[in-house]
Amino acid sequence: MKLLEYEAKEVFRRYGIPLGASAVASTPEEARDAAAKIAKPIVVKAQVGVGGRGKAGGIKPADTPEQTYEVAKQILGMKIKDLPIRKVLVEERLSIQHEVYLGVIVDRASRCYTILASSEGGVNIEEVAAKTPEKIVRNNIDPLRGLRSYNANNVAKRLGYGGKKMQQLGDILQKLYRVAYEMDAELTEINPLVETADGFIAADARLNVDNNALYRHKELEAKYLESFEGELTPREMEARAMDLTYVELNGDIGIIGNGAGLTMATLDTVMLYGGHAGNFLDLGGGASPDRIGKAVEFVLKDNRVKALFVNVLGGITRCDDTAKGIIEARGKLGDNKPIVVRMMGTNEEEGKRLLHGAGIETNDTMEEAAQKAVQLAKRV
Amino acid sequence: MKMKLINKDTKVVVQGITGTQGRFHAARMKEYGTKVVAGVTPGRGGEEVDGTPVYDTVIEAKERHGCDASIIFVPAGGALDAALEAMEAGMDPVVVITEGIPVRDTIELVARAKQLGTTVVGPNTPGLIKARESKMGIMPNQVFKRGSVGIISRSGTLFYEIAAHITNQGLGESTCVGLGGDPVVGLDYIELLKWFQKDPETKAVALIGEIGGDAEEKAADFIASGGFTKPVAAYIAGRTAVPGKRMGHAGAIIQGSAGTAESKMNALRGAGAAIGEQPVDVAKALKKALG
Repeated sequence: MKLLEYEAKEVFRRYGIPLGASAVASTPEEARDAAAKIAKPIVVKAQVGVGGRGKAGGIKPADTPEQTYEVAKQILGMKIKDLPIRKVLVEERLSIQHEVYLGVIVDRASRCYTILASSEGGVNIEEVAAKTPEKIVRNNIDPLRGLRSYNANNVAKRLGYGGKKMQQLGDILQKLYRVAYEMDAELTEINPLVETADGFIAADARLNVDNNALYRHKELEAKYLESFEGELTPREMEARAMDLTYVELNGDIGIIGNGAGLTMATLDTVMLYGGHAGNFLDLGGGASPDRIGKAVEFVLKDNRVKALFVNVLGGITRCDDTAKGIIEARGKLGDNKPIVVRMMGTNEEEGKRLLHGAGIETNDTMEEAAQKAVQLAKRV
Repeated sequence: MKMKLINKDTKVVVQGITGTQGRFHAARMKEYGTKVVAGVTPGRGGEEVDGTPVYDTVIEAKERHGCDASIIFVPAGGALDAALEAMEAGMDPVVVITEGIPVRDTIELVARAKQLGTTVVGPNTPGLIKARESKMGIMPNQVFKRGSVGIISRSGTLFYEIAAHITNQGLGESTCVGLGGDPVVGLDYIELLKWFQKDPETKAVALIGEIGGDAEEKAADFIASGGFTKPVAAYIAGRTAVPGKRMGHAGAIIQGSAGTAESKMNALRGAGAAIGEQPVDVAKALKKALG
């Protein structure tokens, strides 16, 4: 779950990471009042869950409350990558001496949290990593010992800071790791961390929370679905609300499988035979007939889908349950889109018997079924 | 670290045996020949599940039955505690079937395992199996036949799919391990390739990967450097995946330009592995390699 900048900053503030004075506004009036209260030069920033807002005109300076009103009005009326801007952050404009990048990520290979830091902040860090890897400082964090002050100080040293500045940067790093750990972050970053005459200040904030850990962060639940707006298509949002693992694609063959690897392999095999998958839908393990029915209905209702390919390898998922779900969904829709089913494993015979009784053919291998699905989609 | 997997003598405790999944799979494991000697569910000590005695703690189960390995079906919120309990009681390996464990918990779990020298399989894994001997996992029993192919897989059902093809080709399997579909897991391909290199029963390996991370690329480097010399056939799922979208598994995501199926296939091909265009090709390539 991706938090918006102002939401991430609310968290940062709780942990004592230095921030400029700011306030969130949903109307130009609120923005003007906020600017009057801050009483400093202002920057108005669109709060939106997609990247590239600066280039899209979503970040603008303002010198007076009246100007802030005008700028906020403009930004609140615009869309960035099709997303309406509902809120802006009105923030004190910083006088920048230098910009630093700080991030904490999950390093899959090292199986731990890792600090990424660079004295080249304010830019896309992936580009820095690709072009000038020597400018990135990496520091794995021992999961059982945490990030100690000297670890953090060493990172600050490697960025070229000494004395008080090293200590301040080290302190911010320790706080950022506490945010990552306690908020179950997959990624949290400050880009840029701005060096000003008065010390370091976090000018931007990013915090992506591990979806599997949301039960520990009840305060985020209300915003959960909304947080996917930039990331997911409307159909994907609908699927997410139904708790279906679904990714929308461009083709015309609907795909439902059980298990992520098998479902991906099903998509790939359809492509190999010249077809184009319209979606990825993973039923997960042990889906009930009702859940399978809902999934089938959801995919068949997609106007672009001309044929459906269901590929189930029965383990905890039962083939007879799969058959029941398919038949139920088809009955409900009264639909005549062709359905290709490949099933193998637990209660396979019963599943096939049910499907054949309902006039739905089955195939024994994924390769055969994929070819069949491609043919059928072309014929429609 | 000496990696411990499974054989016919492994005595298994099932943590979370009183839940639906734990009960169902404890029964399937016993059918397969696994020595399931005890179950653990805190608060349910003294009960029985299909003839298997249930204890409150792993220590008790160990004292009574001498179990030496654990398989965990505990829900995500309690899985870290269950795994730590198992490791501290000396269980090795610890197989974590549970899906949806927060990555922070897995990081802690794996770090503690490293400290104690425990082999952790998973989380979010189908488990491991020694064909026709013993299994700690949820894979369908009928798919596997004793043979000479070792399997390493990040996925569950795709692993069964390819195992079935290997069996149909008349080859059969030696030991098969599901690494798990999460971003952080206890084992990687290289650790298992090292084990398979020494395992006299394994003549070739099927490597089943998917998009996300760079574990397959690292495995390819290891093979290319001569660390693994037996034939390898690989299948990588997710050629049609869209960058930035999670494809079912928490770990199956292309980030930026990293973690694509193409990069993994190229690396493995470069290391001399046969790459399957479709799952069945892996079995065919192995058949060819093994004569």
